[in-house]
Amino acid sequence: MSDGKRVGIVLVSHSAAVAASVAELARGLAGAGAGVPVAPAGGTEDGGLGTSAELISAAAASVDRGAGVAVLTDLGSAVLTVKALLAEGDELPADTRLVDAPFVEGAVAAVVTASTGADLAAVAAAASEAYTYRKE
Amino acid sequence: MLDADFFRRWMTATAASVEREAERLTALDSPIGDADHGSNLRRGFTAVVAVLEKDAPDTPGAVLVLAGRQLISTVGGASGPLYGTLLRRTGKALGEAAEVSEAQLTDALRAGVDAVMALGGAAPGDKTMIDALVPAVDALPESFAAARAAAEEGALATMPLQARKGRASYLGERSIGHQDPGATSAALLITALAGAAEAGEAADV
Repeated sequence: MSDGKRVGIVLVSHSAAVAASVAELARGLAGAGAGVPVAPAGGTEDGGLGTSAELISAAAASVDRGAGVAVLTDLGSAVLTVKALLAEGDELPADTRLVDAPFVEGAVAAVVTASTGADLAAVAAAASEAYTYRKE
Repeated sequence: MLDADFFRRWMTATAASVEREAERLTALDSPIGDADHGSNLRRGFTAVVAVLEKDAPDTPGAVLVLAGRQLISTVGGASGPLYGTLLRRTGKALGEAAEVSEAQLTDALRAGVDAVMALGGAAPGDKTMIDALVPAVDALPESFAAARAAAEEGALATMPLQARKGRASYLGERSIGHQDPGATSAALLITALAGAAEAGEAADV
């Protein structure tokens, strides 16, 4: 992307520790993320296990550079909460997309791809592609 | 005709019922879920009552849209986006009318239930809230009391089913023999709706 804007990545987990660790892992494997804005949104606002719509909205706003935001999630209610926020219409940056991807592998693929200046569609495709990597 | 006061009564009655039944919902959620259904819904509906008092929306649609928005942002578990979507979509389907008919409520609630099915990917028989909501909407054209009876029957009928959605689905056959907490709380919502209607009739006399 010629203007240097990077796609933002939001990592939604039921656990604050999982979201933060996966963000750190993805940034580290992408060479410190090469300027990709990555925000974890893990757990509930009071630090418990669960999903917080407020934390997700804040994380998405914090990584929005105008090139779109890719949201990756872990389990059921994280997926449902992001879908419900997208349906609200005005809760997430305009060009926000829930990406169908495995959480850890998808996060790494998304951050690495975003670091090359790829657009949102390419970032989402790379993250989804991680499903095809078999382990046996 | 049903006005904004009716819908506020419905939400207040649901909050009171969830408060009363929170421990039972959590007990139902212990063997097949993560034992937080009662506490999550209590947090959500407490917030709903607070925001309805503060903002005082003046149409049926606005009451439900605001309540749904509040559930999505405060519950923290899957029941937040599911119940939030149910109320918000029902509210949107009611539009901006100051009063709505029972037939309009039935149509709007059906749109809300359809939206929940689309969001969660659940169908009747999957051992979810849908198993109480679908029969309730089907019975609503007959009467509020019929909808309540259908929801309660639907919730009880989840007992022999095997869960196919959510955390309980990982348990496979071990989910059989437990009443679904989501269908149970959905029956509370419909019971509160019937209660709001009966309270309105009593006030009209």
